[in-house]
Amino acid sequence: MRTISYAQAIREALAEEMERDPDVFLLGEDIGESGGVFGVTKGLYARFGAERVLDTPISEEAIVGAGVGASLLGGRAVVEIMFSDFATLAMDMIVNQAAKIHYMTGGRLSAPVTIRLVTGTAGATAAQHSQSLEAWFAHVPGLKCLAPATPADAKALLKAAIRDPDPVCFFEHKLLYNRKGDVPDEVGPLPLGVARVAREGTDVTVVSYLKTLHDALAAAEELAAEGVSVEVIDARSLVPFDRETLRASLEKTGRLLVAHEAPLRGGFGAEIAAIAAGELFDLLRAPVARVCGTNTPMPYAPELEGFVVPDAARIADGVRSLVAAGVA
Amino acid sequence: MIDTDALPPERLLRLYRDMLLIRRFEERAAELRMAGFIPGFLHPSIGQEAVAVGVCAALEPGDVLTSTHRGHGHMLARGADPGRMYAELYARRDGYNRAKGGSLHMIDTELGFLGANGIVGGGIPLATGAALQLKREGAGRVAVAFFGDGATNEGAFHESLNLASLWKLPCVYVCENNLYGEFTRQDRHQPIRDVAVRADAYALPAAIADGNDVLGVLRIAAEAVARARAGEGPTLVEAKTYRHRGHYEGDMGAYRPPDEVAEWLARDPILTFGTRLVAEHGIAQAALDAAAAEVERTLEQAAAFADASPHPDPEEALEHVYLDPVAGAALR
Repeated sequence: MRTISYAQAIREALAEEMERDPDVFLLGEDIGESGGVFGVTKGLYARFGAERVLDTPISEEAIVGAGVGASLLGGRAVVEIMFSDFATLAMDMIVNQAAKIHYMTGGRLSAPVTIRLVTGTAGATAAQHSQSLEAWFAHVPGLKCLAPATPADAKALLKAAIRDPDPVCFFEHKLLYNRKGDVPDEVGPLPLGVARVAREGTDVTVVSYLKTLHDALAAAEELAAEGVSVEVIDARSLVPFDRETLRASLEKTGRLLVAHEAPLRGGFGAEIAAIAAGELFDLLRAPVARVCGTNTPMPYAPELEGFVVPDAARIADGVRSLVAAGVA
Repeated sequence: MIDTDALPPERLLRLYRDMLLIRRFEERAAELRMAGFIPGFLHPSIGQEAVAVGVCAALEPGDVLTSTHRGHGHMLARGADPGRMYAELYARRDGYNRAKGGSLHMIDTELGFLGANGIVGGGIPLATGAALQLKREGAGRVAVAFFGDGATNEGAFHESLNLASLWKLPCVYVCENNLYGEFTRQDRHQPIRDVAVRADAYALPAAIADGNDVLGVLRIAAEAVARARAGEGPTLVEAKTYRHRGHYEGDMGAYRPPDEVAEWLARDPILTFGTRLVAEHGIAQAALDAAAAEVERTLEQAAAFADASPHPDPEEALEHVYLDPVAGAALR
């Protein structure tokens, strides 16, 4: 077991997959000699060369299109979208092409491309460099969506994404890049659609992912001192989503709070809430609560951003209200 | 360089027959749609057959191509089975896409035909990516992107040409300039007459072909393909042509001046080529008539095949969303 950062874990997953499979290559803006604006691909250019770590022009549609087009012929492109906000410039290639090629060709062709989307606020990154757009992509049939919170999961899920035969959107939160965690010496691909119980508890279930998962864990710690036992589930795979782990948890707790950084309205938390309300209603003892970003663009000032982005205190407040609500 | 004057008669006849196959395939498709056999969109390429046939005649079996919403001709010119094409248009199970795509998404992976495309310009980045993979493999294969004049106003076109030129990708970009982007005449959708000038901005060579002259298209395409195959990078080929019918079947094309239509009808690529074959290449009219008869028989059988093919079961709608649906979890 080693303790490494989330960025290092992603870098190792890329390197090990490139070692394993010569068809794996990387595409993105400034990912080559510069190692990427967040340093995620540092050293890979020197190790694998310009043929496999391709610095691209600032052309998101062409970058994703190149990855998708190569994947049709057996290439395993891993495309970096430097800020997930810029995926808006490549939506045709992601949504109309990659996601649908397998379906609209009756299964005759598929686009096994991995799209790494750098997500969330890094602190004062404002409205065009901070968005959490995972719900958009989760809404599109044909895409799989992964959102790891820890270095170990980042490494294992990225390996799974690269080996997956379908297009995968892989969300990475900027504020996690420097966060360290334990990673086994040998990491294989994790099966998709399996959530992780990050902390066991009996009173309330909190489901989260990415950076907010850590806020949920901090809230759980704080609430434990008050005698409230919180179970925290790291969804980590949004599509496919693990209903069984949610069910098992609600069988214990009967209370559900969903937390994410993305705006509340139409966020992935709404889907989780709908699964609970529609399929697990008998287990619920209180209405489902959501603690999410406000329905605003991301503001610049730290005070404003702090108002918009949910934190441990807000999640803890939500849990306290939830404990008081409903039936015993 | 290919010397088209030295092509053997059977090769010339084949070009004629392939153009006629496209023409008659689409004329019949329009009738079949009117008769209720085809539920979806049809964007006929009637009048543009020389571009599809001329370009595809310059390709080798390992090459790949992406097409457009007006893609039947490209696919047939590549050698696709008209029976499976009709079956797809009929929305039947034996269709190329198992009735999941229709005209706009038709595909034949064995022929390297990576698909028609419902998004204007959508195939251009995909061909560019395919060319990247072909370059990585280093086997001298080539990718071709077909698109219209309208697509050259899309960012996808500009981004792709820049990338392909920068990386010297083995890609041939073929613009079928039919003078209209949907209902809008070229002079109202772009401030240039020759799309080819856009190549200058990305430092790649360009050539303009008479898109109604199949041999002229073949000559220029063969040169561009040879450059790509030799690792010398991409070329933009502009083929000037005209669609005889509306943007889609049902559009009467009222936005086009009658004298313009008449002028282009007089330059019909199939009629003019047939006349040349008889007058200049010593091919008997009987040979052309035999080719026409063979095309009719082929299409008759193709339509019968489509008609006999079963409809899909409704639940098949849930198949092929994912190659690996994770035991169905990805569909929930």
